[in-house]
Amino acid sequence: MKAMTEQKIRVLVAKPGLDGHDRGAKVIARALRDAGMEVIYTGLRQTPEMIVNAALQEDVNVIGLSILSGAHNAIIPRVMDLLKHNKMDDVLVVLGGIIPDQDLASMKNLGVAAIFQPGTAMDNIVQFIRTHVKPHGVPTAG
Amino acid sequence: MSEVSSKVSRDQNCMPEKKPQVADSPISDVFEGRHPSAAEKEWAEKTLAPTLEKTPEKPIGAPSGGNLDEHGNARFTTISGVPIRRLYTEADLPEDWNYEQYLGYPGQPPFTRGIHATGYRGKLYTMRQFSGFASPEETNQRYKYLLEHGGSGLSVAFDLPTLMGYDSDHPASEGEVGKCGVAIDSLEDMEILFNGIDLEKTTVSMTINSPASVLWAMYLVVAEKQGADWKKISGTIQNDILKEYIAQKEYIYPPAPSMRLVVDTFEFGSKFTPRFNTISISGYHIREAGSTALQELAFTLYDGVEYVEWARRRGLDVDEFGPRLSFFFNAHNDFFEEIAKYRAARKIWYQVMKDRFGAKNPRTRIMRFHAQTAGVSLPAQQPMNNIARVAIQAMAAVLGGTQSLHTDAYDEALALPTEQAAGIALRTQQIIAYETGVTQTVDPLGGSYFLETLTLQMEQGALDYFKKLDAMGGMVKAIERGYPQKEIAESSYQYQRAVEAKEKIIVGVNEFVVEEQSPNTLYIDETVAQQQSAKLKTLRARRSNEEVQRRLEALKKAAAQQPQAGTNGNLSEANTMPYIIDAVRAYATVGEICEALRQVYGTYTEVSVT
Repeated sequence: MKAMTEQKIRVLVAKPGLDGHDRGAKVIARALRDAGMEVIYTGLRQTPEMIVNAALQEDVNVIGLSILSGAHNAIIPRVMDLLKHNKMDDVLVVLGGIIPDQDLASMKNLGVAAIFQPGTAMDNIVQFIRTHVKPHGVPTAG
Repeated sequence: MSEVSSKVSRDQNCMPEKKPQVADSPISDVFEGRHPSAAEKEWAEKTLAPTLEKTPEKPIGAPSGGNLDEHGNARFTTISGVPIRRLYTEADLPEDWNYEQYLGYPGQPPFTRGIHATGYRGKLYTMRQFSGFASPEETNQRYKYLLEHGGSGLSVAFDLPTLMGYDSDHPASEGEVGKCGVAIDSLEDMEILFNGIDLEKTTVSMTINSPASVLWAMYLVVAEKQGADWKKISGTIQNDILKEYIAQKEYIYPPAPSMRLVVDTFEFGSKFTPRFNTISISGYHIREAGSTALQELAFTLYDGVEYVEWARRRGLDVDEFGPRLSFFFNAHNDFFEEIAKYRAARKIWYQVMKDRFGAKNPRTRIMRFHAQTAGVSLPAQQPMNNIARVAIQAMAAVLGGTQSLHTDAYDEALALPTEQAAGIALRTQQIIAYETGVTQTVDPLGGSYFLETLTLQMEQGALDYFKKLDAMGGMVKAIERGYPQKEIAESSYQYQRAVEAKEKIIVGVNEFVVEEQSPNTLYIDETVAQQQSAKLKTLRARRSNEEVQRRLEALKKAAAQQPQAGTNGNLSEANTMPYIIDAVRAYATVGEICEALRQVYGTYTEVSVT
């Protein structure tokens, strides 16, 4: 854990799917940055492949996904699969946006660490990430 | 108290050698930047000052940040952060203020008090509920429900694949079909959507932007098949691509070809569908993305300016297409700020059309607008409270003189509305229209010192933004350098910060919080995607695919040419609308038509601003 306090937490904030509602993603990106984290925002319409690839390239500790359109059931399983496939199980995945209650359990079962529904305080998200982020085992290439 | 009043009166008597420290006097605000009468000064000293001494003002929300001035006095602001005075009197209006010059009468320039001489007495606002979900069959049922229960117009919400120009069976559509609106792939779906609904009698608004000409073409062909006269049908396509780049982000092609497609619809509409609004220039989404009320007003009106500029460059006459430009604003929580926004909008648009564009046709100079309550203001927590919020927001839109209105359902933050939630939303409009009495008098708040001051401030603020945007070379240029996006992102973040610091209170979210269960919501599963994909498969087997290809090639050829305004009242030869209509008639799909245009124009990727 010592390494994490010395190194900045690196977070990829990603907008998968076709949805363009990016107010939440942008506000969160800025809040995490203000909290001292290194934030990379992917921009819109990222496929699961693009997101995992960016996470790998940027060597992030956390991926924050924002989905408001209802496409999480199609997107999250693919993201989690790709992370496993790339041996990136140590990356903390959190999800925000409009996720119906009946889908919360399935999202958690897939390995999503937390789901932040509408109205979550930015501070809670910052605290959650700080508490749950895992130090990287082996640094990636470069 | 005497201390305070003596300081103030010394200030008023001007003693330059010993500038008195009135700034920290609690009544100094009465004298700053306004011209109070002797009676008001006396009131401030004799009545206000002792009251403040006895009971100091407390800010609404936490006493920190923007809620305190530099002397630690309570500061009051609108939801957009604009400072609000304790009391407004004549002293707040410009010294040359007079009724005739600044306000005028309803139905007359500058239209601050409304576009109709009789307000809502001759015609109520249209109750137009935005709705669409899952399959065209299910949405058709919801439309019939809304019309049977007194809704007076329809408003189509499309799903994300349709908004982005993809068919339901495209890989990018996975998980998105029918989720945020109705899935429409071909003319066949549009026929189902309006089955049993008379399009000559019902006005229909369609929230569609990048593929607007495609969905509009489908609508026109369905109307024609019903036997409706294009000259008589009325409705609106949103077709506002600029706010997509600014806020909503559902764009396909780069700005220049997108603007060309918009101008094609202006030209086509002014010749063939004289009662159809070919654009709804929208501030709604700009506000939802977190802008202030002023930014919403300024960017939206300036988008309007940009469209007129592009159409004029084509050679179109502003008095031909101008009357069919319509607007769409948000109705947010801050009651008076919102009403001021609508009133200022009409006034500014009148001035812009008259002075900047030399419009002669009186219909070109009037701003007609639709309003929708603010989805962004409706939290998931204690969602029933949203019924109250929506009622108040809708009331502001009505007092601001809206032509049509959508009221959000209380479960807005959770899902698309259930039938019960949609029903309450419609009833809310009916209560305002039929029970409250606010529709009986034209612009009932006109002449309020507070409202008139806010209206003038809005106007001035918007014109200041206009200057900046003009200096950047117009809105497309401003968008390319990320200017409006940055302005909105900053406001959005500041507001969120104020909420987290409890400087702004949201009932049930950061104050008066309880543990609760979520209500029942509408859940859309993947069966719609399967149904739509199956329908597409059958369609592609049934139609003449050679004919579809021929018509798509013809469209691509027209799309690649630079259109010039036609002579003798004819359409530009390269106007894409007739080609799109031809393709639609042959049952080419939304995805196929948009793909043809993608091949000609390419796609747009924004520069992300965070």
